[in-house]
Amino acid sequence: MNIFERFMNIDRRWIFLAIGIAVVIPFFFPLGLPISVTEPVQNLYDALDAIPPNGQPLLLAIDYAPATLPELEPMSLALLRHAFRNDVNVAVLTLHPAGYGLAERALNKVAEEMGQVYGEDYCFLGFRPGISAVILGMGVNIVNVFPEDAYGTPLNDIPMMDGIRNYDDIPLLISLAGWGAAEAWVLYAHQPYGQRVGAGVTAVMATDFYPFLDTGQLIGLLGGMRGAAEYEELIDHPDEGVRGMDSQSSVHILIIALIVLGNIAYFGARRKRRQMEREAA
Amino acid sequence: MRRQFPLALCFIAGLFMAVQYFIPHPTVQDMYERLLIWLQTLLAFAFLLGTVSLVRVHYHKIRHRADDRGYSLVTLLALCLMIGLGFFHSAHHAQGSPFDRMFQNVQVPIEATMFSLLAFYVASAAFRAFRARTLESTLLLVAACIVMLGRVPIGDMIHSSIPVATRWILEVPNLAAKRGIMIGVGLGMMATSLKIILGIERAWMGGGD
Repeated sequence: MNIFERFMNIDRRWIFLAIGIAVVIPFFFPLGLPISVTEPVQNLYDALDAIPPNGQPLLLAIDYAPATLPELEPMSLALLRHAFRNDVNVAVLTLHPAGYGLAERALNKVAEEMGQVYGEDYCFLGFRPGISAVILGMGVNIVNVFPEDAYGTPLNDIPMMDGIRNYDDIPLLISLAGWGAAEAWVLYAHQPYGQRVGAGVTAVMATDFYPFLDTGQLIGLLGGMRGAAEYEELIDHPDEGVRGMDSQSSVHILIIALIVLGNIAYFGARRKRRQMEREAA
Repeated sequence: MRRQFPLALCFIAGLFMAVQYFIPHPTVQDMYERLLIWLQTLLAFAFLLGTVSLVRVHYHKIRHRADDRGYSLVTLLALCLMIGLGFFHSAHHAQGSPFDRMFQNVQVPIEATMFSLLAFYVASAAFRAFRARTLESTLLLVAACIVMLGRVPIGDMIHSSIPVATRWILEVPNLAAKRGIMIGVGLGMMATSLKIILGIERAWMGGGD
């Protein structure tokens, strides 16, 4: 076995160790790499920024599960901070059963941090099963789908929801999802009712949403941790997204290096093998 | 009758939901609103069905002493515990409640860890399988490397054209391919829906005929 073949058959635990180090080290020694803002993120920021204060609420659908929490929670925190800083009311809901606890977690954290009052500045509608039925139903009347908030208060008794009937009264809806929910909001809220929809999705899903951006069915998009980091830069509040970018940079570089080295070893081994076959012949 | 009634119900409901979109008359819209409320109630039963199915599968494994019955036991115990905490604790949604603690301190870290492990396997798989053997695989490899670099800040630092190339890959070839796939999927969904409404496709009734 020549050196190339030995390298190709390296124990994968060494690769795991290298990835672990590449993830962890930047958390202790931040690189502080500058983050430029891309157009889809800027568009979402501008759309939220244009909502008049203390009026019609932003509808934030926290549709992610714990698996995608590290990528999507920084987005929800950044969006909530931006909305609350601008005195924009926020109504939060979830289409994912595990999203209930995660929505509460993000909402309570930012609301407490920024001194927001439940019912006046924000409210939590909770979870409802049946994705398409919920989204379509809200287009007719939100109270039909959410007669009460998550804590049993009738929606009509919540001051910030006074006069909010359906999507006509929602200036912007943003879905943060690690599965098909964001697409469902486009299909069932934007298409039939003309609701303006933005989305935040995991990095691997982001490519699926470019057709919607191109057609204007999505007004903006946050793609993966990079999207969260860009939004944090825009609101001038660097947090988990920005911190995570250093780790992501080092891991991407490492993976590219592994691909290049793997190919060098593969072609090196193949050349050696052919050379030996020629010599034997 | 057992066959005709669900087929007729499916035909009427499917046709109504398709047609109502084009009829803004208040009576039709009122029926549509009512149907959506019924639909939410029906869909809530999917959770019950899922729970019953989960219990049956794991109960059978334990009863028949399957090799991996230990995992089934843990699954059922965890299910009972969370249901119990949810039902019998009056403020199960309140922060700091036993239900919330179990969710935040057990389920969240477990699921996040499982998903994070992907990075390790992706790196190992990329090292072993991502080879420039053919023109197509070379194109894929180069595109993947450019997008990986363009999606992190270090890409901007290496060369200013990397993010530009990343955007082009995402907005031109990726978009064209995705659009083609989505149109194909859309047409397929329409065809399948029509087959179900017209009773040609009957697998949903359970018989498969």
